[in-house]
Amino acid sequence: MTTILDPTDERVPVERQTTPRTGTISGVIGLLDIRKPRGNVLLDEMASLLAARFPEAEVRRYEKPTFTKPCPGDLRLKISAECDFLVEALAD
Amino acid sequence: MNAPLPAFSLVDLAGGARRFPTGRPALICFLKEDCHTCNLAAPILEAFHQTWGEAADVWVLGQSADGNAILRDRHGLTLPFLDDSACKTAFAWDFEIVPALFRTDALGRMLARTEGFVRQEWEDLARDFAADLGAGAAPVDWPALPPWQPGCGSKHLDPDINDRLQAEAQDSPIRARRIEIASADDIAEFMFDQGFSDGLPLVPPTAERVLRMLRGTHRSPQAVVAIVPPNLAPATVEKVAINAVMAGCRPEYLPVVIAALEAVCTDAFNMHGVGATTMGASPVLIVNGPIRSRIGMNMKLAALGPDNRANATIGRALRLTVRNLGGARPGGVDRSTLSTPMKFTMCFAEWEERSPWEPLHVERGFKAEDSVVTAFAMTSGPVQIVDQESREPDQVAGSLGLGLEGLFLPKIRRAAIDALLVVCPEHLTSLTSAGPYSKTRLRERIQAVTARPMREMVANAISGAGIPLAVAARMTEAQLNASVGKFASHDHIHIVVAGSEAGKFSAAFHGWATGAMGSASVSRKIEC
Repeated sequence: MTTILDPTDERVPVERQTTPRTGTISGVIGLLDIRKPRGNVLLDEMASLLAARFPEAEVRRYEKPTFTKPCPGDLRLKISAECDFLVEALAD
Repeated sequence: MNAPLPAFSLVDLAGGARRFPTGRPALICFLKEDCHTCNLAAPILEAFHQTWGEAADVWVLGQSADGNAILRDRHGLTLPFLDDSACKTAFAWDFEIVPALFRTDALGRMLARTEGFVRQEWEDLARDFAADLGAGAAPVDWPALPPWQPGCGSKHLDPDINDRLQAEAQDSPIRARRIEIASADDIAEFMFDQGFSDGLPLVPPTAERVLRMLRGTHRSPQAVVAIVPPNLAPATVEKVAINAVMAGCRPEYLPVVIAALEAVCTDAFNMHGVGATTMGASPVLIVNGPIRSRIGMNMKLAALGPDNRANATIGRALRLTVRNLGGARPGGVDRSTLSTPMKFTMCFAEWEERSPWEPLHVERGFKAEDSVVTAFAMTSGPVQIVDQESREPDQVAGSLGLGLEGLFLPKIRRAAIDALLVVCPEHLTSLTSAGPYSKTRLRERIQAVTARPMREMVANAISGAGIPLAVAARMTEAQLNASVGKFASHDHIHIVVAGSEAGKFSAAFHGWATGAMGSASVSRKIEC
């Protein structure tokens, strides 16, 4: 028998549960533009569709400084504090 | 009073367990069957056993199970032979030469020891032992024995065995989880199945190999080198060493791997983005300073290619560490459309001695005698720049500039993107044939020969890339006619020297998004 050493990160990540789906949309819907080209075009369209379909909800726009780096911690905190829902436009 | 010698429980030739301390005064002797001096000592030990065996324990600890039986039969011995073929007791008792004779009291505390065969020491030890027991002397014809005879190195000091024993010892620096692979399993296949591999076979990271790797650095095995994106995993020196073993590194390469990991795991380098981008980017490592020669890196013939162990495995070790610890794997956070073979490995050294210019690390603020690794985030390359005809310095510099036009797309100008130009010796010779040709002059020449009117960058029927039509419509004629070079500034043109003396083939690596919005090159001093 051979014994080798584990080359990976041995930490066990925290398991996160999906937020329960209520079947309704209300409150604040965040739209996050990660700054990929034309992401804003998609989100503009989404904003108008959401406004038409959920007039009670408020739509707020957010932008990452650059798509090449992870979302800054303060922006992440701001979004989680302000929004009930978030749509992120990921790719070109 | 001395602390007791390490306790043990070992099996004798009859299969019975014998434990130390024995509760009686004892003589414990480590022997090896194929050692000439051990064969001299064995009958003496038998005489001790015959004389004092009623009141004391005289045991042999043999270093191979078969050897014990052979030694016993060869000399017709009756004293207990214990199996220490795993050498754990020899390691714990910490001596170097067999025979090694220890005299202990009933609690296992050492009263005397001797290694090899020094007749006077053996005689003194036997006399003192008899005195303690209040017994008579053993019938040993001391004058007939040689006054001195050297022993043999104990088996537990064989490098392979010693590394295993150190790894298993209580104060072992190893903390990583141990994974047992059943003997029926193929080790190489097992490691593929576990997802440890970049697609090529790996060297199994056994504790012995990792211990040897750790000797390549003075840093503590549990020191955290970096927090590795994208999973933000802490990389201890030990974890880096495990991946370096798998990559095929020698221990002396480890400091370079550690410095490279420190370099890429900075906010400036942005390993998360480099590893994730659909464009497919990879660190390209350049090593400068005295360590290049010390560890045998290649900077000459085939410097950017295979076959040099240091070049090949340092880059691979960085890659394995980032993927195994950080979790940057294709299909996960790595979303590369095509990716690049540079992700397997891309590391080389600059041929500083062949260059008329300051080496890269000195340009970047380090001392010439420092050993430094610099990481660039590159997406393409090495792209060959072929010019076998030019002889005039400005012609050669012109060709090097034209060779860089392909970065991203030839029509793209004023690019805020890094390029790494590797100038080969023959081009260098032509470049400097009429006198010094500074890097600044070369950069100016590159910008000059690539300069084109801005209007050539406007989207058109051939290519929609570049300046959008709506933006172009707002530009003045003067702006559209303005001549711009390939790069937004000289800072984006990095120049090093490498390659063989024969061949007019320089090469370029093309960068990714450069700077705060992407990745900036980072240098780190290599600390051994």
